[in-house]
Amino acid sequence: MTEYEAVIGLEVHAELLTDSKMFCGCPNEFAGEPNSRTCPICLGLPGCLPVANRKAVEYVVRTALALNCTVSPYSIFHRKNYFYPDMVKNYQISQYDFPIGRNGYVDITVNGQTKRIGIRRVHLEEDTGKLIHAGGNESLVDYNRSGVPLMEIVSEADIRSAEEAREYLLRLRAVLTYLGVSDGKMEEGHMRCEPNISIRPKGTEKFGTRTELKNLNSFRAVYRALDYEIRRQKEVLEEGGKIIHETRRWDDERGVTAVMRTKEYEQEYRYFPEPDLVPMYFSPEFIEEQRKALPELPDQVKARFISEYGLPAYDAEILTSTRDMAKFFEDTVAAFPEPKTVSNWIMGDFSRLLNAAGIEIGESKVKPSDLARLLQLISEGTISGKIAKTVFDEMFASGKNPDEVVKSKGMTQISGEQDLVPIVCQVLDENPDVVAKIKAGDEKPLGFLVGQVMKYTQGRANPPLVNKLLRQELAKR
Amino acid sequence: MNATTGGASEPYSLTAHELHEHLVARKISAFEVTQVLLERIAAVDEQVKAYITVTAESALDAAREADERIARGECGPLTGIPVAIKDVICTKGILTTCASKILRNYIPPYDATVIQRLKDAGAIIIGKANMDEFAMGSSTENSAFFPTRNPWNLSRVPGGSSGGSAAAVAADEAILALGSDTGGSIRQPASFCGIVGLKPTYGRVSRYGLVAFASSLDQIGPMSKDVTDSAILLNVIAGKDPMDSTSVDIAVPDFTKALVNDVKGLKIGVPKELFAQGVRAEVADAVMKGIELLGNLGAEFKELSMPIMEYALPTYYIIAPSEASSNLARYDGVRYGHRAARSSDVLTMFARTREEGFGSEVKQRIMIGTYALSAGYYDAYYLKAQKVRTLVRRAFDDAFREFDVLISPTSPTVAFGIGEKIEDPLEMKLADVCTIPVNLAGIPAISITCGFSEGLPIGMQIMGRPFDEETIIRVAYTFEQNTDFHRRKPPLTGGVQA
Repeated sequence: MTEYEAVIGLEVHAELLTDSKMFCGCPNEFAGEPNSRTCPICLGLPGCLPVANRKAVEYVVRTALALNCTVSPYSIFHRKNYFYPDMVKNYQISQYDFPIGRNGYVDITVNGQTKRIGIRRVHLEEDTGKLIHAGGNESLVDYNRSGVPLMEIVSEADIRSAEEAREYLLRLRAVLTYLGVSDGKMEEGHMRCEPNISIRPKGTEKFGTRTELKNLNSFRAVYRALDYEIRRQKEVLEEGGKIIHETRRWDDERGVTAVMRTKEYEQEYRYFPEPDLVPMYFSPEFIEEQRKALPELPDQVKARFISEYGLPAYDAEILTSTRDMAKFFEDTVAAFPEPKTVSNWIMGDFSRLLNAAGIEIGESKVKPSDLARLLQLISEGTISGKIAKTVFDEMFASGKNPDEVVKSKGMTQISGEQDLVPIVCQVLDENPDVVAKIKAGDEKPLGFLVGQVMKYTQGRANPPLVNKLLRQELAKR
Repeated sequence: MNATTGGASEPYSLTAHELHEHLVARKISAFEVTQVLLERIAAVDEQVKAYITVTAESALDAAREADERIARGECGPLTGIPVAIKDVICTKGILTTCASKILRNYIPPYDATVIQRLKDAGAIIIGKANMDEFAMGSSTENSAFFPTRNPWNLSRVPGGSSGGSAAAVAADEAILALGSDTGGSIRQPASFCGIVGLKPTYGRVSRYGLVAFASSLDQIGPMSKDVTDSAILLNVIAGKDPMDSTSVDIAVPDFTKALVNDVKGLKIGVPKELFAQGVRAEVADAVMKGIELLGNLGAEFKELSMPIMEYALPTYYIIAPSEASSNLARYDGVRYGHRAARSSDVLTMFARTREEGFGSEVKQRIMIGTYALSAGYYDAYYLKAQKVRTLVRRAFDDAFREFDVLISPTSPTVAFGIGEKIEDPLEMKLADVCTIPVNLAGIPAISITCGFSEGLPIGMQIMGRPFDEETIIRVAYTFEQNTDFHRRKPPLTGGVQA
C-alpha cells in the first residue's frame, strides 16, 4: 500500500497589541458594547481616509526580524476587494506583492529532532468587524474589531504532520508573546490559524490537491483537525477518490471536518496599490534600530535555560513556550535556586491545573514567590511532598500563600519524636504478625508500617523520621 | 435691497476681498451679506438650479457668529463670506448626497478638513452645490436630481462635475465655492461659467472628508470671481493634514503675495497637442490672443510638443474608474444611504441597492474599473496605465525645465447645450482632454476667462510646477489686471426666464 506524507502550510493571523486601531485613533481593546469603539474612519464612512499606525508597522518589522525575515526597504499597502457585510469599505487594506517581511524561518523540535520551517511572508492588514446571527433572517454587525491591526504570517509548505504544525504554532506564539506584539490567544480569536493541507505519496515531488481548514480555535483543534484531515484524505485516495479543492470547517465537538465551500474559481480580489496611503521606506538604520529593540527571544532563552540552569532541552522548550511561563520560572528560581525542582513543579502540577482551568500562567493567582515558598517548606521538612500537592491545589484555587494554607489546614509536618513515638508504638502493637516477620529478617513489610503511621497522622508525619523511629522501637521488641 | 434687479453695486455681486473691506468698515454685516445671498438664491436658483441644499438657517447662525468676531476686531479675509460647497465634501449635520440616489439621505457626522478650516476662518457655508453624480461627468447632467444650467445661457450646461459650484459663483448665488477636480472638474466648469477655478497640486489640500472618486487624482480647490479670491481661499484650505497621509508636509506660502502684476521674463510653453484634439478655432484663437497679451507684457512664449498627451485620456479612463470601482464599493446599503427593500439575502441586497442607487454613468465606470483590475487584465490595463502616467509626469517635468508655466485652452469648446452630448459619452469625455493630463501629473493649474464666443466664456488654462501655485496665480493675476473679461456678468435676472 502507498505510504503518504502530508504537505501543510499555515496562514496565521495575530491581532496586534497596539493602543489604537490600524488606521484611526479608536482604542484597540477587546470585547465591549457592540459598535462602541468606532469612528467615521473604521466605519468606512464616505470621505474618510486611513492613516497608518506607526506602532503597528514597527511591531510587524520586529516580528519579521525575530522570524529571521528580510525586511524590505520599500513596502506598500494594497486594497483587497470583495463584498462582505463585516467589511465597512468592501475592501480590506492589506499587503500584496510588497509585504514588510519575507523569507524567514522558525526552528521547531519534534521527537528530539530540530526542523526548520520557512516563513514566506509577514504582512500587515486591518481586521474586519464581526457578524452576529441574530436568528431568523436577521444578522447584526459589530464593528468594534473593524480596523484592528492584524499581522499575517504565512509559512512555506514545509510542515509534514499535525504535530509539526502544533509545534510551529507554539513556537510562533512564543515569539509573538516575547515580543509583546500579540497575546497569542487562539481561544479568543486573537491568534487565528488557517492551514492548507494536501497529501502525496512519500518520496514524490508533485503536490496533491489541497484543502483549507477553518474554525480552529485552539492549538489542540489545529492538531486534531490536521490529524483528521490527513486520515480523511488518505481514505479518499485509497478508495480511488479525488480530493476536491475546498474550504472545510472543523467541528470540534464531532471531531470532523466538513465542506464549507468549494473553490472551483479562484477568488478575484482585484488587488491594487492603496492610493490613500503613502509607501513605507525602511532605512538600514531604522531596521537596525528595530533589531536592537528586540527582547531576548524564545530560542535564546531556551539555550540560556539549558546552559545557565542545567535544564534538559525538553524542559527548556516547554518553559520557554510563553514569555510569562519563562518569567515565572526565572522569578521562582531566583527565590528558590533549585531549577530542576522548580521546572518539575511548573511542568507537572502547575500545568495540569492551568490546563484544567483553561488559563495561562500569567492569569493564575499563584505568584512565583508563593511557589518558591512552598518548595522551601518541603525542603525544610515542614510539609511532605505529598501534602505539598494538596497545599498547591488550594493555593491555585484561592490564591492564598502556602504558609496560610498550611496553617489553616493544620498541615504542618509532625517532626517531633515525642509526638510520633506513641503512634509508632500503637502501630507495632496492632500488627504483631508484621512485627514478627520483620524480626525474622524480612524487611519488606516495613513500608506497610510506615504507611500505617502516615494514615494515623493524615500524612503529616515526616517520613524519614517515621522510618527511624520504627526501627528504633522494633529493636526494643 | 432688491436681489432680483442686480447691478454691480449689489453685495452679492462683489468679490470676497471687496466684501471683506465692507465688513471691516462695518458698511454691511455678515448677517446682511448672508441674507442678501439667500434672497439672491431665492430669486435666481429656480432658473440656475445650482444648489441641492441651501443651508439658510445654519448660514444665518454662522453669520451672527461672524458678526461677533468682527465686533471683536477679528475679521479675517473669509470672515462672514458665504461659500458654496460642492456636495461631495462632507459637512457635519448637513446632507451630503454626491448628487446620488444612493446617498440621498446621508448626513455626515463629521466635517471635512477643508470645511473645518473654513469654519475656523469664519466663512459661512451657504449651501451644497449640484454636481455630476460622484463627480463623474463634465456637464452636471449626471446629477441624480436635476441638471444645473449655465447662467450665461440657461439652455447650456455649466460644465462639470463642479457645475453647481461654478454656476453659483457665476450667478452671484455664492461669493466663493469649493469644487473638486479629478480630471478637470474645477477648471472646465469655471471655464464654461466664466469664473476662476484653481486645481492645486495633488497633496496641497487635504482630501479628508472629500468623498472619493479617484483617490490618486482628486483634489479640492477654490472657485471664485477673480484670481485674488482664489488665492485667499487657497490660503485657508492649503496645508498638511495629519488625517490625510497623501497631503504633503511642505511650507504653505501666502498666495496673496503672488498677486503681482508682472510677467516680465517669464517663460511660457504652449503645448501644441493641447490645441489639437477637437479644439474649436474660436477657443484656440482666444487662448492664443491671451498668450500674446502676456507676451506683450514681457513674457516669452514658445510652442512645444508633448506627444505623450495623446495617451492621457485613455490612461485616465483606466486609472480613474479602477480606483472608483473600489472607492464606491462601500455603498451597499448595510450601514447608511439607500437600501433596497425586501431582499432575501445579503448579496441580493447589495446588488439591488447598487442597481437602484447608482446612475448609469457611475455604473459604467464601476464596470470598466472592475474589469481593468481583474487578474487577467491588470497588467494590460491598470499597470500599463500607471506606466503611461509616469511618462506624462516626466513630459511635464521636462517641459518645466524649460518653461515656468504652460498655457492651453481649458476646454476645447465653450459650454455646450443641455442634452447635446449626454448620448455621446466619448464626445463628452473629450471635453476633458486638456485638463486630464494635469491630474495625471499631479501639477497645479488655474482656469481664467480669456474671451467670449456666442456670448459664452472661453477659459484659458495655466499649468505650473508641482507646489508652485504662486507662479500660475501671478500669471493669471497679471492677465486679469490687463483685461476685463472677469468683470462681465451673465445677463441673468430674477423671476421668469427672459
